[in-house]
Amino acid sequence: MTRLAYYPGCTLKTNAKNFEDSTIATAEKLGIELVEPERWNCCGTVHSLSTDDVMHHLAPIRNLLRVEELSNAGEVDSKQVVTLCAMCYNTLKRSNMVFNEDSDRKKKIRDNMYKEDIEYSGNVEVLHHLEVLREMGWDKVKEAVANPLNGLKVAPYYGCLLLRPRGIGVDDTDDPTIMEDMLEALGAETVGFAYSQKCCGSYNAVHMKEVVADLAHKILKQAEEAGADMLVTACPLCEYNLGPRQSEVEKRYPVFKSIPVVYFTQLMALAFSLGEEAAAFTGNKPDPRPLLRDKGLLEE
Amino acid sequence: MEPENKHFKDRVVELSGENVDLCFQCGACSSGCPMTQEMDYLPSKIIRMVQLGLEEALESKTIWVCTTCFNCEVRCPRGIDVANVMEALRQLVLRRKYDRVSLDELSPEEIRELPQIAIVSNQRKLTA
Ligand code: SF4
Ligand code: SF4
Repeated sequence: MTRLAYYPGCTLKTNAKNFEDSTIATAEKLGIELVEPERWNCCGTVHSLSTDDVMHHLAPIRNLLRVEELSNAGEVDSKQVVTLCAMCYNTLKRSNMVFNEDSDRKKKIRDNMYKEDIEYSGNVEVLHHLEVLREMGWDKVKEAVANPLNGLKVAPYYGCLLLRPRGIGVDDTDDPTIMEDMLEALGAETVGFAYSQKCCGSYNAVHMKEVVADLAHKILKQAEEAGADMLVTACPLCEYNLGPRQSEVEKRYPVFKSIPVVYFTQLMALAFSLGEEAAAFTGNKPDPRPLLRDKGLLEE
Repeated sequence: MEPENKHFKDRVVELSGENVDLCFQCGACSSGCPMTQEMDYLPSKIIRMVQLGLEEALESKTIWVCTTCFNCEVRCPRGIDVANVMEALRQLVLRRKYDRVSLDELSPEEIRELPQIAIVSNQRKLTA
């Protein structure tokens, strides 16, 4: 087993528990033990864009310091930390860059943390779980497949923060293939659609429900018209806006046909035959199970 | 040309770290923006307003509906991160403690149902 530090972030413990459960189970199957640092805190969810801001970098950097402590204690095998939520990924990675590239703010951040046991070095590498899988090799993923997802047409939805801004993302900003490669390793067929990188409306979901429902409708309808049976995402906010919020879409578009949205790790758990608990489909709205049973991929 | 309000323009440039004078109004940022239907000024227009030092940009609805999706950033041929400029404009308002949203407007059910990342990011972007 390779021991890898894992930063869950808040939503992975609540709304996106299905994302976490399916990740831990599938990672273990692939020989990775995910180790959570103690006393991690919310990353702040959005990277602070103002050039004079120091305060909002403390939360992300403090998390990286916890990872460094784990590494120094020999509890993990590298100075890397893996994230699942696209927002956490973006926020931790960008704050780390600010810390390493802006010596003035680096000093101020350190000064604010002078009571910590160690000083953060700047050397923790922030990864998204998709990058860990790619590094391991798609052949390895393929080898673990016991229930190939043949006949399942999946539309990968990247959204924003896995790919942008330029220089931050998990793959080529203009022409990403990482999700496609992963899904094809599971035996699924991937379906391209023009809105796979268009914003779902993000945090406007809180106070602009209707606007976000309109955006979700466009994305979902396009995926469906491209022939997809379901969408796959790597972000709990995308999942929420495109999945559970289909109830809002239905209110505004009476002819809209619902379509399941799942996390990529849930399809991994299904393809690895790790059982219902690992795939955790009970947490998804709309329920993807009837479709998966129809396709003969899930037992009755 | 002298900007109408130089102090305003300088503050936006400083806070965003973006040289807005590089913009040549091609409109690529606006064409990729997912939120234009809700905006009063297109993102490219906002950049123009900052160039000219027009403080009315702070009154615009645009800066509050921007989702910070960075579509503009990847499209701009002049290397301007328009999302950073939007943030600078929001900050100039928020730092005077003018919040745009309040959790009081949400029902307890909504608060329970929304993912934490939605609530925290919404508050980070739209309140001081
Ligand atoms: S970051 Fe804001 S302005 Fe730029 S494309 Fe996205 S919503 Fe539009
Ligand atoms: S894409 Fe860049 S150069 Fe073109 S209008 Fe927008 S900010 Fe100006």
